[in-house]
This record gives sequence, C-alpha cells and structure tokens, in this order.
Amino acid sequence: MANSLFEEKLYSDKFLVTSEVGPPKGMDVADMVHHIDLLKDKVDAINITDHQSSVMRFPSLGGCLLVKERGGEPIFQVTCRDRNRLAIQADLLLACSRGIQNVLCLTGDSIDVGDHKEAKPVFDLDSVQLLRTIKTMESGKDLGGSDFKGSPKFCVGASVHPEADFIEPQLIKFEKKVAAGAQFFQTQGIFGLESLRRFMQYASQFEVKILAGIIVLSSARMAQYMNDNVPGIIVPQPIIDELSSAGKGKGLQKGMEIAARLVRTIKEENLCHGVHIMAVGNEGIVPDILEMAQIVGAAP
Amino acid sequence: MIVAQQKPLEEIRRLIAPYEKILILGCGTCVTVCGAGGEREVSFLHGALRVAQVKGGDGVHAFLEYTVKRQCDREFLDPLGDRVSEVDAILSLGCGVGVQVVAERFPDVPALPGVNTSFMGATEQGGVWDERCAACGDCRLAETAGICPITRCTKGILNGPCAGTKNGKCEANKDIDCAWVLIYKRLESLGQLDKIRRYYPPRNFRTIPRPRRLAGITSIDLGGSNG
Repeated sequence: MANSLFEEKLYSDKFLVTSEVGPPKGMDVADMVHHIDLLKDKVDAINITDHQSSVMRFPSLGGCLLVKERGGEPIFQVTCRDRNRLAIQADLLLACSRGIQNVLCLTGDSIDVGDHKEAKPVFDLDSVQLLRTIKTMESGKDLGGSDFKGSPKFCVGASVHPEADFIEPQLIKFEKKVAAGAQFFQTQGIFGLESLRRFMQYASQFEVKILAGIIVLSSARMAQYMNDNVPGIIVPQPIIDELSSAGKGKGLQKGMEIAARLVRTIKEENLCHGVHIMAVGNEGIVPDILEMAQIVGAAP
Repeated sequence: MIVAQQKPLEEIRRLIAPYEKILILGCGTCVTVCGAGGEREVSFLHGALRVAQVKGGDGVHAFLEYTVKRQCDREFLDPLGDRVSEVDAILSLGCGVGVQVVAERFPDVPALPGVNTSFMGATEQGGVWDERCAACGDCRLAETAGICPITRCTKGILNGPCAGTKNGKCEANKDIDCAWVLIYKRLESLGQLDKIRRYYPPRNFRTIPRPRRLAGITSIDLGGSNG
C-alpha cells in the first residue's frame, strides 16, 4: 500500500504536476492559505519550502499542516542547514504522525545567501545522509540505533541539477541519492529541453520518477538577478532576450508563456514523468500556466 | 600554521582602557609568520597605541614590549616573571591558545587578546593565507584527493557537491573554488573516482568533544606486535 496519495500517483502512469508555496515572513498565513486553496485541486502535490534561499520564514512543517487542513497533498521540504540529526528526526516523526509523508530531502542553500548571515550553519547531515536517515527510521530505528515505538513511513524525494555547468559530480550524487532510496526527483529549474532530454537518456536507467523543475520568470531583470544571485540557476541568454522582447509590464505574461510552452512540450513529448512548477512569489498564476499548457487538474 | 589577524586598534584601545601599565606580548611562532603578533607587530602596535593616546589626549597608559618564542608552552613564559609583576595587564598577540596559557601562567594579571585567531592555513602568496584544516579529529584526506571538504566546502558535506556550484565556484562566495569540483577533478586525474562514488555516513562529532585532550603520545604506533 502506498504511503501517501502522491506516492500512489507516482507509480501510476499519470503525468505528475507539483508546485510549491513559500511560507510568509511572520504570522499572517492568509496569502499562503489562498495559494494552497488555488492549487490543491489542480496539482498532485504542493511543496512547502524550508526557509528558501536561507531567508527565515514560517516553517515548512507548519505550511504542510495547513495544506493538510485545506485538504491538499503536501511535500515537506527538509533541508540540513538549520537542524542537527536529532531535530530533523523529531520533525519527521511529527510530520508522519500528522499524515505528512512526502518528504523532499535537500542539503539547503548556504547561510551566506540569506537574511541571517551570522547564524551557525548546521549541515550535520547532507542530502544523501538525510535520505538514508529516513530509510533507517522506516526500519524502526533512529540514527543512534535505538528502537522506535511506532515507526514512520514516507515517500522520499530529492533534487538533481540537469543543467549544472559541471555535470559529472552532480550525476554521481544523483546516483548516490537513488541508492539511498529516493523515489522521485524534482529537478532544479531547467530552461532548455535539450539538457532535459540528455539527462533523461541517462536517468531512465534508474527506477525513479523525474519531475522537471520549471521556474516562472517575471522579467529579464529577474532572470539576470537569478543568474547572479540564486545558487545553481543558469537562465540562458535566449530566454532573457525573449523576456526583454515583451512590452513594459508584460514580463510576467511572457514568463508564463515560456513556462507553459516548456510544460506542454515536456508532456507532449513524454520527456519525463512530470513537472514541478516554481512561481517564486507568484503562486497564484500556476493554475493559468496549467491551463495554457492544457494540463487538466489533478484527478484524485 | 595558525593564522591570526590583529584586532582593530579601536577595539584594542577599549580592551586596555581600564589598565595603566600594559605588557604587549608577542609570540615567535605562527603569528610571527602570518604577520599578526610577532616582534615586529608588537613594536608597530606599541607605536600605534602611543600615537593614538597622544592624539586622543588620554595619555594614561605605559607600555612594555616583549616577545617569547612560544606562548603556548609554559616554560617559554618563565623569563617573563619580573616584567609581569610590574604591569596591570598583558596584551597578548599570541593565538587564542597563547592568551589562555598566559592567563593560566599568570593568574593574578588579566590577559587580553590582541588578535583574532582565524584558522589553520597555508600561505597562498605573500600576505594571503587560506584555511586548510578544521582539526576535525577524523582526517579523511585519503578519500578526497588531499582536498578537505570539511574545511573548504562551505557546508562541509561529504557526499559530493551541492547544486549551488556555478563556474566551479561556491554559492556562498564567487571568489572561492567549489571544493567538490576540485576533489572530483583531482580524483579523476588520479584515476580514483570510485572514492567519490562511495557513500560516506554522517560525521562522528565525538571526535571533537570540546575541550579535546591528546595524551600519552610518546611514540609512533607502528601497529601489530612490532609496534
């Protein structure tokens, strides 16, 4: 039996669509709830980010609880940046006890890119070790070797970067994640289909599901900013030029068109098992992109 | 060696403010090599403090200067005895170890740090030092082509690069090489890529229970019954 609704869909032939919601800075969750409500019936699962870009926010686990309350399917993003192995295991137990069983295991961005630059970076575990930690927990033990009274079950995912400018060590790490039990991968934002095709030629030898990460850009300036400041992201010049060609105030519309075009082609050409749409602050437009890409809402 | 950097003059002036007679104490080992606290820096700092107090109009301090061969060994501090009895505080330009050994050796006189101890590093070029060792107590350089991921990767991770590396540089600082790119390339040229393919379990932080003590090292362990 599947550990979650998302896991059940993962092993169907369905083209999967996930998206993400970033928790707010502070207690006012009204916008987050609004975005969850907009997305919950249109996507197969909603990722809740974990202090993305190392900017301190309302917690991922809190956001996942809200997704559950609203009747959606959450993916709990867990980074290794802020918690040691005790705290991570405890949060995973709490998550599972509340029916949050999809987990995306990430190393986490560097503290230096965020808004608490003087904080202590933890990184007691890395992403591969985190995946193995979950497998250990599922076997009924904690990392100290003690037995659990009541073991958790999860559906575990990880991230991979098909457009990394030096791909070989990234692929080795991908294989370590597969060996550590990752069932699905949501890729870093990709912009070129050629790199996705190349990656899938390689990745299809592994029994894992790949969801292509699609970042919705809202202007040429944002694309340039991401190239300069966001870890790992490389927006190619033709995409920046296309965004520049949009009239004043039409950048987001153009960005949505680009995203929808990528999503549609990926689905039509069956390039991978699904997409993960990251609208970075514009979560409300994800349903429009799905419509533009002619994706029908997530069927239960 | 241990690399340190002299504290800003204003901070040193605040530290010494409550005291009248001050011994500026240099160290002849690591901090001499990295130009933070050797005999020459003691003399420069002495001059700078005198100028500053003349300019500031608060000429209350009297300074002595002296540099020992090593502040981290008590026996090298013995010749200081008489000088210390004359002063109200010792401004040590030794590393954090030196300051503490001085404090233990002379319990009645406040020991103040004049440098910030930065790291264990190597000379990159004249006046530039790079951190190379985190003293983690569990050296794994054999597995990482002689390049330390704990020290040189900003996240200190063990199973390969994060996805933040761009142009071979670290996401935390575009001027710093990604340690894992360096490790991959060197392992590749050594024909040892199997080492990066292995899984490395979480670090054992019991190798660094603070404070650490290393005792009973009297000879090299050769292993087996021949040791």
